[in-house]
Amino acid sequence: MEALFARADAAPRPLAAPHWTPKFVEPLMFDRSAERDRAAGAGSISFRGVSKIYAEGAAPALAGIDLAIEPGEIFGVIGRSGAGKSTLLRLINRLETATEGQVLVGGEDVGALDEGRLVALRRRVGMIFQHFNLMSAKTAAENVALPLVVAKRPRAEIETRVREALALVGLTDKRDAYPARLSGGQKQRVGIARALVAGPDVLLCDEATSALDPESTQSILALLKDINRRLGLTIVLITHEMSVIREVCDRVLVLDKGAIAEVGPVWRVFGEPRHEATRTLLRPLARGLPEDVAARLQPHPAPQGRSDAIVELAFSGEGEPDVGALAAALGGAKPRILSAQLDRIGGHTQGRLLLAVRLAAAPQLSGLAPSSKVLGYVAADD
Amino acid sequence: MSPQMIDRLLHGLLDTLTMVGASALVALAAGVPIAVLLVMTAPDGLSPAPRINRALAAVVNGFRATPFIVLLVALLPLTRLVTGTTIGVWAAIVPLSISATPFFARIAEVSLREVDAGLIEAAQAMGCRRRQIVRHVLLPEALPGIVGGFTITVVTMIGASAMAGAVGAGGLGDLAIRYGYQRFDTTVMAAVIVVLIALVCVVQFAGDLVVRRLSAR
Repeated sequence: MEALFARADAAPRPLAAPHWTPKFVEPLMFDRSAERDRAAGAGSISFRGVSKIYAEGAAPALAGIDLAIEPGEIFGVIGRSGAGKSTLLRLINRLETATEGQVLVGGEDVGALDEGRLVALRRRVGMIFQHFNLMSAKTAAENVALPLVVAKRPRAEIETRVREALALVGLTDKRDAYPARLSGGQKQRVGIARALVAGPDVLLCDEATSALDPESTQSILALLKDINRRLGLTIVLITHEMSVIREVCDRVLVLDKGAIAEVGPVWRVFGEPRHEATRTLLRPLARGLPEDVAARLQPHPAPQGRSDAIVELAFSGEGEPDVGALAAALGGAKPRILSAQLDRIGGHTQGRLLLAVRLAAAPQLSGLAPSSKVLGYVAADD
Repeated sequence: MSPQMIDRLLHGLLDTLTMVGASALVALAAGVPIAVLLVMTAPDGLSPAPRINRALAAVVNGFRATPFIVLLVALLPLTRLVTGTTIGVWAAIVPLSISATPFFARIAEVSLREVDAGLIEAAQAMGCRRRQIVRHVLLPEALPGIVGGFTITVVTMIGASAMAGAVGAGGLGDLAIRYGYQRFDTTVMAAVIVVLIALVCVVQFAGDLVVRRLSAR
């Protein structure tokens, strides 16, 4: 009889069901926080006329920042060291306070919070670090549990959430390992689990992959992308590596000397950098003219003999190289592709094609690419 | 060595252990909070309070600057107030504690200061209050250094306790002076030195063992 009542009691609670398979339990608790995001727009962040000056009379670390970060997006901030990236990130959870202006997280003015409400805000904003910042005296599980322990959550809840968070980052088998016994990538995974365990709306990443080898970098970036999709939380990441931005971000902000140089979708900023600072940052990614071509390049066609025109077709995200049209337009001119640096970012193809085109046929280039130009001429080999 | 002398030696060892043990406990109990307070109230600390910091630092430095033998005499009124006497083992514990506490507090302070600022930042970012940072981050992370510092403090106190013989406190140092030095009994002198060396070795070994346990993770 009692058992019957118990079952009747339990029946209307659908959330009580998925306790038998860990696979099912794992996304559950986190997905609930994702729903909360969508309902309240809790993951939005905005900067209103924010400036930060560290010392009287010193140049401002940040000046006049106006910015809106949408809930659920992966927002990248890039700039050279000293550009103010770190300061910008730390203003969001008030590890730094703004000298001027307001920072709003989920509509709440961060600067106006008293200590109790600041602590509450910080529990909704997770953070991971370049050097992981794990407590060396605590095991992986104890590190992950810490945000819940200081929030005085019940022991059973801590247990469940820590297990789920470690499963989410794929470190279930390392729960009792001390950080000293973990690789860099594993340490950052523990850092991510710790940042996510309280079910935050926002995740701040402070150069999270800068201390990792390329392989770990890739896996951490993939994990961040996955978390963003599955949990719907806003990710703000700062980095000095363009490749990180290209890999995961939806939008990017380029900071230069404490001011916004440009901000926009990653494909647009990469395809058409409008600011000198952006071009400087992009330079390592763009390869120059191939050496053998550069060595033989002349400003004019050779007076005798045959020459090839070296043509660059640049794609900035609008349109895709139409191979059929290329062949039709240049069919008689022996078009050859010397190099192709094309990439697809956020559904937009951008990059450049380098062609050698036999000059005699007078190439008709318009309409083949958003921008095209003849870089020079080289004497033909044949 | 006569059986009486062996008895005296054992008695002296017991006195030394009592003096050092009791004062070490006081130094531990008082030194760690003082160290935490020094770190927290420092200009770059979590609760900057320049006036408290300067006052506390001045007191600590004052006691550290005073030689133990001088402190022993200067503190006689206080000793009488606390223990009701100025002679014996318990009377020596008062100056010994007061001398060891600031010494240990400074060493513990250095260990606390060496905790990576990134860890404190991480703790703040996850919503730790200051008290929680002390409990969950500063103290556990500085623990190997604090234990190492405590070992140094105890070894130093074993040395200092020998001087406590000057107030008739007994202990191994007293034995060495009265029999070894004043009565030219070289055997006693040698025995005391051997026992002291053994004592220091045991303390150091135990301290190192704990530190190794704590840092091997």
